[in-house]
Amino acid sequence: MADLTSNFIGIKSPNPYWLASAPPTDKEYNVVRAFKAGWGGVVWKTLGAEGPPVVNVNGPRYGAVWGADRRLLGLNNIELITDRPLEVNLREIKQVKRDWPDRAMVVSLMVPCDEQSWKDILARVEETEADGVELNFGCPHGMSERGMGSAVGQVPEYIEMVTRWVKQHSRMPCIVKLTPNIADIRKPAEAAKRGGADAVSLINTINSITSVNLDTFSPEPMIDGKGAHGGYCGPAVKPIALNMVAEIARDPATAGLPISGIGGVTTWRDAAEFLALGAGNVQVCTAAMTYGFGIIKELTAGLSLYLDEKGMTLDALSGRAVPNVTDWQYLNLNHVTKARINQDLCISCGRCFAACEDTSHQAISMSPDRVFEVIDAECVACNLCVNVCPVADCITMETLPKGAVDPRTGQEVGEYANWTTHPNNPMAKAAE
Amino acid sequence: MSNSITTPGIQPGRLVPDDYATHFDDLYPSYDPHEAMVAADRCYFCHDAPCITACPTEIDIPLFIRQIQAGQPEAAARTIFDQNIFGGSCARVCPTETLCEGACVREMAEGKPVEIGRLQRYATDSLMARQGHPYARAASTGKRVAVVGAGPAGLACAHRLAMHGHDVTVLEAQDKPGGLNEYGIAAYKMAGDFAAREVAWLMGIGGISLHTGQALGRDVTLDQLRADYDAVFLGVGLGDVNALGIPGEDLEGVRSAVDFIAELRQSDDLSGLPVGRDVVVIGGGMTAVDAAVQSKLLGAQHVSMVYRRGRAAMSASDHEIEHAATEGVTIMTDASPVAIHGEGGAVREIEFAYMQAGTPTGETFRLRADQVFKAIGQRLGALPDGLALAGRKLAAAQMAGVWAGGDCTAGGEDLTVTAVAQGRDAAESIHAHLMGNGG
Repeated sequence: MADLTSNFIGIKSPNPYWLASAPPTDKEYNVVRAFKAGWGGVVWKTLGAEGPPVVNVNGPRYGAVWGADRRLLGLNNIELITDRPLEVNLREIKQVKRDWPDRAMVVSLMVPCDEQSWKDILARVEETEADGVELNFGCPHGMSERGMGSAVGQVPEYIEMVTRWVKQHSRMPCIVKLTPNIADIRKPAEAAKRGGADAVSLINTINSITSVNLDTFSPEPMIDGKGAHGGYCGPAVKPIALNMVAEIARDPATAGLPISGIGGVTTWRDAAEFLALGAGNVQVCTAAMTYGFGIIKELTAGLSLYLDEKGMTLDALSGRAVPNVTDWQYLNLNHVTKARINQDLCISCGRCFAACEDTSHQAISMSPDRVFEVIDAECVACNLCVNVCPVADCITMETLPKGAVDPRTGQEVGEYANWTTHPNNPMAKAAE
Repeated sequence: MSNSITTPGIQPGRLVPDDYATHFDDLYPSYDPHEAMVAADRCYFCHDAPCITACPTEIDIPLFIRQIQAGQPEAAARTIFDQNIFGGSCARVCPTETLCEGACVREMAEGKPVEIGRLQRYATDSLMARQGHPYARAASTGKRVAVVGAGPAGLACAHRLAMHGHDVTVLEAQDKPGGLNEYGIAAYKMAGDFAAREVAWLMGIGGISLHTGQALGRDVTLDQLRADYDAVFLGVGLGDVNALGIPGEDLEGVRSAVDFIAELRQSDDLSGLPVGRDVVVIGGGMTAVDAAVQSKLLGAQHVSMVYRRGRAAMSASDHEIEHAATEGVTIMTDASPVAIHGEGGAVREIEFAYMQAGTPTGETFRLRADQVFKAIGQRLGALPDGLALAGRKLAAAQMAGVWAGGDCTAGGEDLTVTAVAQGRDAAESIHAHLMGNGG
């Protein structure tokens, strides 16, 4: 069994799976259940400033998007930060950390954008002996209307300023949680780094309306006939999160800044992908909210097995795919592939044919007895047939060897060449 | 003391009263919405889907399943009824494993097809539960069409003609409409008097006048119909059954399976319906299965279904055979009846010759029987004047102004769904003819 022990910015945990700041980490009862199940750590649900706690709506807080068999693909929420008194949360955090010293205990914070508020809350958190803090600059609903959450996260200067206060007034490691509701994720990450953040975590949830009630004509989740945008998460947001993690990991300005990957981690494979794109650990929420804490056994066993099969350590996996993330202009235009249909696996549904014939390049033939074959002279290798085929590995992409003639273009497959030197590119540089 | 399953002879009341209701209840109850969504989610929406090709009425199955997925089972039902106005009964009685579900790509992929039949039932039940009939008639054409036979072929034809604005008169020899749906199919496939409800719903389109107890050749002649109407459709079914042609066929306790099933279907009190203790059904088709299973369900102790050829030649589907076996019917193949032996005028035993590749081996054996059901095929009864046979069926297109379809004609496999397709297509042909568009 590969060693999954994790050390993220000095915070140790028995595995790299933390529960993200969210309802599952709002109180001692849930967190203790999570630790008993085997979770490596938690980011305690966001604490606000001293005083009367926030209130939540009393109608539905969640909306959802489902796939086949009502599999939950996307979840959105309009829940705010913790609505329990600060003292209660702090007391429970201290107790849980004392009872579970080997688990990571990070406390998420969101207070008004003035130095004193941050100074006050940090002092209170330090008393709990928690391992670190996460600055919630991501929450896109409710709190942002009050000048907190993503309202801060969308202004890099504010991120830098608040991060600086936190580092100045606390000895604790500081993770800055980023909102994806921004044009260029690298800017807030750079700001966090300038402010002295030990790490960034991303993504927080995405502004969303999951559906519209077509009888009441209100967005879901609907509260008394009205709806407000909520934060979207779950498997549906993973591709967005992976890209943002990779953008930060490969940006020279933030290279080496530790990243806690968040966004739709559902199986060990998702976690491994975040790690490969530069994350140092991952945070999970929706999968736990969908299936319960028991998934941690699959998450840990799966990652461990994968690392064993690869003969790789957790640290070696982290960032392994980053060098392969590049810009389109550097992709090899002489890499030629063709779709191949495995007739033994084909079940003759014809979806590849419909997709190619109706919406792509007319590169699949259909015989009267429903045999589907690729027409190499038409196939541009777009991969759509692979994507719509219901049988895994039935359609694959075969790479033409160098020197082979592509029947579509009549050209021989040549050496690596990209757009920057392509004759059609008006900005092309001379070939070397 | 009342009867039990061991009481010898042909006796009623072999079961306790509650058993009758459970035994003859819906074999496969309608899906609830959750079950329907789970089943519908398995459809791949295939291109030029094989299930459509396999359906004699060519229902756009991927479309209707997508409509269920999208939360509109009633729209799904419209897709079904547009092609097959008997979509409700076909959902119940079609041998789907040899038709749509047999062609489903998930049958190839996993050995588990999308449950098209049950999804079709979910959709059609949803729409039929609503008040009113979903189709409107076109403006009246003033044309009049006679339809002989109120089975699936005749009524599918009548409905489509009425929809096109023609006035239709349906003549039915029996007391009730519905044909084999009403008289000839196992009760547990048509629970809750569905056949009658479906006909009443279908008639809701208007423009169809139904006259029962009117038999062609007895109460009305074909010449008369041709003179009185602009077109005639014959959907008379197969009125006679084939005889065994062996000694003892006239013994008491020997009867046609078709008659037995009809009596069972029309019975208000199944506990009053007598059945043998040792029942032998001769034949290998759906009728044989329906007679055998229902004998068992009525409380017969031993029921054997004996077929003269091999398993592969049986026209009953694998699913039907498995169902019969599960209910406790003994299935024997390659045995041909040679004599029925009686005592005191009633059947006691039936003697079979072992067969090998269709010829007797010379060896025989006997099965105890106090009741024997013959289910070796049906044929046309008395032919209307001037019509000719092709094989055991009506020859095609032999008289101007006369169309035919359903079991009485060739081309189908005596399936409800084929009869519906033929009735519908004849209606389109009649319509084109009447409106001067060829045909």
